[in-house]
Amino acid sequence: MKDKKPMKSVFKEGAITSEFIGNSIYKHQTKTSIGAHNIFLGQVRADEINGKTVSAIEYTAYEDMANQKFHEIRESAFEKFDLTCMHIYHSLGTVKAGEICLFVFVSSPRRKVVFEALEYIVEAIKADVPVFGKEIFEDESHQWKVNS
Amino acid sequence: MNITIKYFGQLTDITHLEEETLEFGGTYVYELLETLYRKYNTLKTKNFQVAQNQELVNENTKITGHEIALLPPFAGG
Repeated sequence: MKDKKPMKSVFKEGAITSEFIGNSIYKHQTKTSIGAHNIFLGQVRADEINGKTVSAIEYTAYEDMANQKFHEIRESAFEKFDLTCMHIYHSLGTVKAGEICLFVFVSSPRRKVVFEALEYIVEAIKADVPVFGKEIFEDESHQWKVNS
Repeated sequence: MNITIKYFGQLTDITHLEEETLEFGGTYVYELLETLYRKYNTLKTKNFQVAQNQELVNENTKITGHEIALLPPFAGG
């Protein structure tokens, strides 16, 4: 690992609020070399499975490994793309259907970069980060979510 | 050697615990898995990856670390 900076945790307890997201955008107004932002928001879907509807997802993670993986994804995104900054937040604990569980925010001087970078980062998160989701149904039974 | 085993996601439905410490006398990951399959019969039917000291390993990897995690399919995002 080249970067010895301390890793900050990506995880937040509960849903990521629209206030938090709006505030993150606001904080970038002082960074005037940026010409383009791109944002991905993962939202919990009320899937219907065998006649039962998902009311929430309870997220858990192998946190030490997950933070390490987020760090590797961040490093490789900065290597591949001309990004000014990048932020990732993922929920832990209960997130209700309709609420936001993943917030990825990339910024660059130019627009083309942010489209490519965002897709790269989100796909890497889905594939490589040990996060687990328990889909809770309205009757309080559950099943385990698997990324497709 | 004492090894801490961590279980995540759907595997905790089988083990009913998130972590335990075992005395392990073997050498390879597959030997540890055989030990765990004897303890938890239905674990064998589940799809999971193994991480040693937070890196994914395969069944033929030597156990050198003190922390092994069993990771079912990821569901982030």
